[in-house]
Amino acid sequence: MAADQGAQNQDERAERAAVESRASNLARRACNPWHHRYVKLVTISIVLLIAAGGMVTSTDSGLSVPDWPTSYGWNMFTFPLSKWVGGIKYEHGHRLIASTVGFLTIILAAWTWWVESRAWVRKLAFAALGAVILQGLLGGLTVIFFLPPAISIGHAGLAQIFFCLTLTLAVVTSPGWKQAVAPVDDAMLRRLALTTTAVVYAQILVGATMRHTNAGMAIPDFPYAFGHIIPPQWNAKIAIHFAHRVGALLVTVAILATSSHVLYHHRRRPELARPAMLLLTFLSMQVTLGAFVVWSGMDPVINTAHVVNGALVLGTSVVLALRAFAGRRAAVSAADASRLSDSQAGDSPLPAAGRLPVPPRPPGLRAGARP
Amino acid sequence: MFRDYKPIVFAALLGAAACGGTNSSESAKPSSPKAAPDAKKVDASTAATITGRIAFEGTPPQNASINMASDPACGSAAVTSESVLVDNGGLQNVFVYIKDGLGNTFIFDTPGEPVKLDQKGCHYVPHVVGVRTTQPLEVINSDNTLHNVHGMPQANREFNVGQPVPGMKNTVAFTTPEVLIPFKCDVHSWMHAFVGVVDHPYFAVSGSGGAFELKTIPPGTYTIEAVHEKLGRQTQSVTLGEKDAKQITFTFKPAA
Repeated sequence: MAADQGAQNQDERAERAAVESRASNLARRACNPWHHRYVKLVTISIVLLIAAGGMVTSTDSGLSVPDWPTSYGWNMFTFPLSKWVGGIKYEHGHRLIASTVGFLTIILAAWTWWVESRAWVRKLAFAALGAVILQGLLGGLTVIFFLPPAISIGHAGLAQIFFCLTLTLAVVTSPGWKQAVAPVDDAMLRRLALTTTAVVYAQILVGATMRHTNAGMAIPDFPYAFGHIIPPQWNAKIAIHFAHRVGALLVTVAILATSSHVLYHHRRRPELARPAMLLLTFLSMQVTLGAFVVWSGMDPVINTAHVVNGALVLGTSVVLALRAFAGRRAAVSAADASRLSDSQAGDSPLPAAGRLPVPPRPPGLRAGARP
Repeated sequence: MFRDYKPIVFAALLGAAACGGTNSSESAKPSSPKAAPDAKKVDASTAATITGRIAFEGTPPQNASINMASDPACGSAAVTSESVLVDNGGLQNVFVYIKDGLGNTFIFDTPGEPVKLDQKGCHYVPHVVGVRTTQPLEVINSDNTLHNVHGMPQANREFNVGQPVPGMKNTVAFTTPEVLIPFKCDVHSWMHAFVGVVDHPYFAVSGSGGAFELKTIPPGTYTIEAVHEKLGRQTQSVTLGEKDAKQITFTFKPAA
């Protein structure tokens, strides 16, 4: 009997220690606003890097610096400014911005490792560091091997993943994420947001394929294709180009479905309504820019704006998906908290730290339904 | 667990930062064209000549104007692309050569002196040039700026070399006949040249008035091909007797 009592006390002490640890972690997490600001800075710098990369391909300057990691034999950081002419200013500028982003990401990983209590967030930061290292290697290899489409497309695709990784870090280190009260738990929203993100990313990959196989003007008119809705003639480039147009339709449908769902069911939730509105804005900009890419005969600035805006569409979709999944995380945590408080029968002075309180749902209202 | 990988990641990063590279001059391995065991030199006393003209029919297209403002060293003169140059109704910069009919019965000495391709005023001079297989092609930077020389062959090896210092020269050679190999400078996007690589001496580039000449051809029946960078290819069959002097004309039209 006494042994049973001892074991029970030991369990309670262990559970209390775990609760205290969570409370301590929560406090530790909540006091790093500069870290969060830094993550945002890195994320913005990646958008700049994507723009610089877009200018490299749009001006066909990818091989204007024939060597890597040196630049015409110079260390890239000592390459004379006077030699930044023609396509070199795009390619060399891209390399320098990429190096800067690389160093910023090293600091990001180290800082996150130091201040962040959540192991998965720390791993995410190191995944971002791994992505930028791999990205640098792909960038070098594509120069050395004269821009083979497979490597160039991989470089373009990984750029978006790197951007999404740091954007995710920015979201999950934000005060809004940490102190979220009653996130929406809506399975349909999660499905829609995830599908939209996947469709947008697939569309970006098709776009990258189109860019790196010189298929951007394979269909020279818009909105028609050689004057028809379906191209009357086909080859590999026309097929890739047309796939990008079909992809644009799919992206439009996905974003309209997701945004409509948010604005109908959760319009009073700014953390969801704002990205939903932003998605619609970026979508309309993207379609317009895509049209002008063709009408302008692939003007480098318009072309690059299309690439950058594509990243913003993806990023916004990722933010919406993360917030949609925050509801599921909170629901799971609430269930854990409930289980813990039942077992402690309300004798703990501490709140269920790290768990988000979920207000009771009005009777008869299903999850995700519009109140 | 992740903590264990930190030193490796940082070491890899430092290694990548410290890693260096050098410019290299690309040159293809020389090899001789295949000739029959009883192959002989062409007898100049019985050789024939083809003279001809590349005519241009229709209105010549307007060549795009080139904006060289991205590099002040290139000058500020208003220039246009050299894609379609028509002079007195004749088309310039067409590479004409014997495509077929020589077989392997003749031996042709490969000249040792290099063919020169200059970069002057941020243009390739000449715009179209012919070279024999394994013959050196010397690419010179005569500009007070830097260029990269990017050859984009299909049958030979691609190369891309930097010429950051004025006066630099790089020598390349091609092992496989290929007409035409595009050259470009990625620094100055308007700079293009085309190199025809053949394994015999019977080639020419049409000049003023579209004229060209192929000399010292052994008697026989040949396929002559004329290749233009934009307007495509045309062929003609020509039969030459001893000491013949034949005239042929190719007619190109604006691209559809």
